[in-house]
Amino acid sequence: MSALRGRRVALLLIGLVVLAAAVVLSLSVGSNHITLGRVWRLLLDPDGSSDATVLRELRLPRTVVAVAVGAALGLAGALMQSLTRNPLADPGILGINAGASLFVVLAVAVAGTSGIWFYLWFAFLGAAVASVGVYLLAGTGRQTATPARLALAGVAVSAALAAITQAVILADQEAFNEFRYWVAGSLEGRGWPVLGAVGPFLAVGVVLALALGPALNVLTLGDQAGRALGVHLARTRALAMLAVTLLCGAATAAVGPIGFVGLAVPMVARGLVGHDQRWVALLSLVLGPVWMLLADTLARVVVGSQETQVGVVAALLGAPVFVAVVRRRKVPAL
Amino acid sequence: MSEVLLRAGGRSVRFRRRTGVVLVLTLVAVVVLGVVGLMLGDYDISAREVLAALSGGGDDPVATYFVTELRLPRVVTAIVVGAALGISGSLFQNVTGNPLGSPDIIGFTTGAATGALVQIIVLGGDSDAVAVGAVVGGIGTAVLVHLLTRPHGLTGQRLVLVGIGVGATLAAVNTLLVVRASLVAAQTAAQWLAGSLSAVLWPRATVVTVAIAVLTLAALLLARPLQLLALGDDTARAVGVPAQRVRTAAVAVGVGLVSVATATTGPIAFVALAAPQVSRRLAGSPTPGVAGPAATGAALVLGADLIGQHLLAPTQLAVGVVTGALGGVYLIGLLALEWRRR
Repeated sequence: MSALRGRRVALLLIGLVVLAAAVVLSLSVGSNHITLGRVWRLLLDPDGSSDATVLRELRLPRTVVAVAVGAALGLAGALMQSLTRNPLADPGILGINAGASLFVVLAVAVAGTSGIWFYLWFAFLGAAVASVGVYLLAGTGRQTATPARLALAGVAVSAALAAITQAVILADQEAFNEFRYWVAGSLEGRGWPVLGAVGPFLAVGVVLALALGPALNVLTLGDQAGRALGVHLARTRALAMLAVTLLCGAATAAVGPIGFVGLAVPMVARGLVGHDQRWVALLSLVLGPVWMLLADTLARVVVGSQETQVGVVAALLGAPVFVAVVRRRKVPAL
Repeated sequence: MSEVLLRAGGRSVRFRRRTGVVLVLTLVAVVVLGVVGLMLGDYDISAREVLAALSGGGDDPVATYFVTELRLPRVVTAIVVGAALGISGSLFQNVTGNPLGSPDIIGFTTGAATGALVQIIVLGGDSDAVAVGAVVGGIGTAVLVHLLTRPHGLTGQRLVLVGIGVGATLAAVNTLLVVRASLVAAQTAAQWLAGSLSAVLWPRATVVTVAIAVLTLAALLLARPLQLLALGDDTARAVGVPAQRVRTAAVAVGVGLVSVATATTGPIAFVALAAPQVSRRLAGSPTPGVAGPAATGAALVLGADLIGQHLLAPTQLAVGVVTGALGGVYLIGLLALEWRRR
């Protein structure tokens, strides 16, 4: 048991070191390269040079947003997979992406305005409405929402919402044009103000998600065993849904829907540390930001005529790695 | 022992009756929807005239032309594409043992879309070229997934995981293509991605019907071995079913069906996922088989196309939009009803 614990601690530490390296890389690399030593000096003592401005005003906030979003998505995915007991469940299955997309598209089509702030609140609202709908549907009847119910209810609600989104973008050219950029997911122009807006929601979500670890661990034994061991089923599920909505809703509101990170990160984490939800959550919290940072750094390096959206790079970069992992290793089922 | 057997026999007979009744009702719904589809349009035709035109005895040449040359190919295509999606979804959910294991989610529809989008946005091909692109994209994705899973053996779980990874890559490529395209090309792409049955005439409808009929026959041959596979690989092998080969064949047939369907109409959302689930719930049987999902898929696509054409006429809704909304709402209702009882 202690050997396992030692292995888990070691993996977490390695993860943190990699994360630190990714942060430094993200601060240093870009159209204007700043050497590592200079990054360090400028952070401690800004000398008013253009490098210092770039670092403080552009790269640092962008890096922090990437870390926050990656952490939120990884953690939300870990919660979601444990909650639905389905390794294929990603936060999008709760209807969050579909709800956020629909509200953004409707807002553009009806009100005719656009912009980061505008997207942010509408996306958050849409995510919240959709996930509440999924939860209410899954909780119909006397039983509480079971894992299979959550997954099916989420798929059904997402499909209906996505269809309405599609109908709107087919009818409204302007809404479609805004939507195709928003839906790709981008860190461009996301800085301190955006982080300030979604930060509190993310913080509450992270605390809630980590606190639920032990209860979710017990629930993997099954609902009856969980109840016998003193876990309040309905409350645990409701709180987990709330945490996923806060984390994933805020992340989607900040940068647009980022697919795949929330699915793959917890799966890889579970492959590394085993089934203990507390460790899966912790490692996901570290690996999610690594994934987002590497994707964003790469997106800045391979600039063509325009910057490639981070959501696209996150999938293009991560999916082959993911395939390489899953075709060898037996990824533990839930 | 014999008592258990008898009871099991009694139960299975009861299941069969309900499955049969549901199947017949679904088929009646398909026929009724089909006839309504032939009647309605810019030029309304009565049911009697429709039947006369179909039997070759129509005395109104305009009505006969509308029914046999314009509306019938569309109705036939809706039925066979819906059936293909239903069967494909059933095959995949059988092999993966997961209700989320439909071809939409594990990447094959995405691959077909990539092929079509490359034709629309990069090469600027016409609608035939787009159809070919979709088939090549779907089958190419399947070959890639097969090569990636082959050295380790095709299990349901590995298929799903590798499929999701490949699908995520292709989805990112699709997003990139749409973001980088001109607004006009991007809109053409969005229209294709929503799925549509308009402008389907006999040449294409015939090709599709023949292709899907052949693949359906293959799916029927696989139905029994797949049912035995559900008992576990070892049990299946003991009664002479080669587990690995059956699974590979089922995936190949499923990919063929979904590729042909997607090439014909664009990706029609949600039918492959929903049809087996709906059929299973209506029939009250754990394994959906082939006929139930096929009939349910056909009814779903046909009904959705009718609604899309006439709900907001003259505005035409894409069939994929309606299947998503209708299928989603229908599944929501079905789940809520089922769960309220328990």
